[in-house]
Amino acid sequence: MPDGAMPVLDVRDLKTVFQTRGGEVHAVNDVSFALRPGELLGVVGESGSGKSVTMMSLLGLLPSPPADVRDGQVMFGGKDLLKVSMDELRAVRGGEIGFVFQDPMTSLNPVYTVGFQLMEPLRKHMGMNKRQAAKRAQELLELVGIPDARRRLDDYPHQFSGGMRQRVMIAIALACDPKVLIADEPTTALDVTIQAQILELMKELRDKLGMAVIWITHDLGVIAGIADRVMVMYAGQVVEHAPVKELFGNPQHPYTRALLKTIPSIAGERAARLTIIEGQPPIMGAAPSACPFRDRCDVAFERCAHENPPRYDVGHGHDTACFFDARTGAPRDA
Amino acid sequence: MLNYTIRRLVLSIPTLLFIALVIFLLLELAPGDPMGQMPLTIPDDVKQRMREALGLGEPWYTRFYLWLYQFFIVEPQYWIDGIFGTNFADGAQRIISFQSRSPVFDTIAERLPQTLWVVGMSYVVGVAIALPIGIISAYKQYSVFDQAGTFVSMIGFSVPPFFSGVLVIVIFSVQLGWLPSIYDTTHQVVDWETFKFQLQQMIMPVMVLALQTTAQVSRYMRASMLDNLGQDYVRTARAKGMSESVVVMRHVLRNSMIPVVTVIALGIPSIFGGAIITEQVFKVNGLGQLLILALQGADIPMVMTITFLLAVLIVLMNLIADILYGVLDPRIRYD
Ligand SMILES: Nc1ncnc2c1ncn2[C@@H]1O[C@H](COP(=O)(O)OP(=O)(O)O)[C@@H](O)[C@H]1O
Ligand SMILES: [Mg+2]
Repeated sequence: MPDGAMPVLDVRDLKTVFQTRGGEVHAVNDVSFALRPGELLGVVGESGSGKSVTMMSLLGLLPSPPADVRDGQVMFGGKDLLKVSMDELRAVRGGEIGFVFQDPMTSLNPVYTVGFQLMEPLRKHMGMNKRQAAKRAQELLELVGIPDARRRLDDYPHQFSGGMRQRVMIAIALACDPKVLIADEPTTALDVTIQAQILELMKELRDKLGMAVIWITHDLGVIAGIADRVMVMYAGQVVEHAPVKELFGNPQHPYTRALLKTIPSIAGERAARLTIIEGQPPIMGAAPSACPFRDRCDVAFERCAHENPPRYDVGHGHDTACFFDARTGAPRDA
Repeated sequence: MLNYTIRRLVLSIPTLLFIALVIFLLLELAPGDPMGQMPLTIPDDVKQRMREALGLGEPWYTRFYLWLYQFFIVEPQYWIDGIFGTNFADGAQRIISFQSRSPVFDTIAERLPQTLWVVGMSYVVGVAIALPIGIISAYKQYSVFDQAGTFVSMIGFSVPPFFSGVLVIVIFSVQLGWLPSIYDTTHQVVDWETFKFQLQQMIMPVMVLALQTTAQVSRYMRASMLDNLGQDYVRTARAKGMSESVVVMRHVLRNSMIPVVTVIALGIPSIFGGAIITEQVFKVNGLGQLLILALQGADIPMVMTITFLLAVLIVLMNLIADILYGVLDPRIRYD
């Protein structure tokens, strides 16, 4: 895809804060990114780095209170999703933007049949009648590779295995031909062989249907195989962002480099957990006034404790939020 | 499901027999003498003969067997005869009250409508008020509405009906004179005016009982809704673009009702217990009052029969609750 294409989704300076008993939690801090038509954007970061909260903020899916999307712009189809009416937002949710969540075991309603849950968005967004919706629902189940689709429409979620349930979730997200599919760790809760199957299915569907995908994971190994571009998040910020080859070949941020080291080099072996990096990601009680990674960073210097680094452009569509220039091996000019 | 129901019904027979035995033995052990209310001038040996005439001379197991036989065989026969005009019973001895010397079931049939009107209506009203309160309280947690709901249920939980009953009588009957303080059971509804009077005399007892039901059921409803509102499938429904009313009334409510329906079914027997006191306060001559009088008069057949009917109701409601659970929750399969 050409670099200059108009993005389908353009997020600027998104800021989300939780009001909790213990004070504020700044979960998303000035996140900006653009998603181009048909591309697959990978989002990586340790658990708690704000990936889910960022994506749910886009569609107003966080319960408020405690969540408060304080600032920013989410441009989609010429409109700012943070400003549109509830009805307009609902037309986008499940219609133009599909969402797949992490845990397929709890994401479906246990008391309604899979067919019913699949037909709901079809009837709402596409104005289908019952017959049309049932037909389309069957096609969708076939599309995501569920055998005996017609009969399984009448089954309840508990009659499906975890992997099959996640396929149902994907079918629901794809029901209305969305322009964007957001998949929030869709394979994390599944076992390894099923993970691979779902991944394969997603690649196939993306080629077939051509929608843009945001794929959240904490597994860099997964990202390497499917993403066009990658965004690395830490403490609710984008710390590095680059085309996938560039990120793996030329990582700039110390956090990204640490993450890459946690992938075992022996091919085929499963990536080790990211928590191998010493220390814990901080919980942000206030908007960051210093680099949130400095305590765990091996190249941190004085400036990192006083200022939060902006995203520096390093060429080839690559940027990084670090005062230390990995190319020169020295701090950037102030 | 049918298999399960039949199995449960069969299994409930030994349970009920055991309950009957326990009630019977408890009544045996309890002090109290059916002749206790007789004038002191009646000589002791006459009293003794009267006791024997009531069948009290027999050993307890004979009397227990007789009661079982009468309850399970003779009374249903009379019942069927009454409906179809047959003659199965053939003049067999029915369960007779010590006090009134008339068949226990006739008296119960006379008293039941009053209790059903007051108790049944109060339960329906209580549940009908409780469900929306629970739903809204959960959806708008910590709002003014929720706080008010919490306050009202706290009152419902902590103020016993013998207090709230007397309180509303003092306010609405004595002070304001709006409502009658005594329930007139002979009252017949024939036209609009009499219907209005029936409503007026029902309001206070119904509300006093309904307050308790509302307090409990609304708390359950609220807790169950809150449980479900936080579930992942709710987020999925929202992410599909469903409106809030669909999310709450279709997705959340259906799941939340599963435990609440059980609570509602299991609460039916205990509301009859609550009616005993409320009926005393408002002078409703229903089953509750009948039971109290029978207890005071040591009218063992009457007490035994009413208590056992309550036990049957409890066992039955347990069964209904379990069956409803299976109907509402597709994850539960009994067969
Ligand atoms: N309901 C909430 N209340 C308070 N803080 C929250 C809530 N949900 C998420 N957070 C905070 O937001 C941060 C980001 O969470 P999340 O986006 O779920 O991380 P990720 O998806 O990257 O694992 C975490 O530090 C978490 O503490
Ligand atoms: Mg997450």
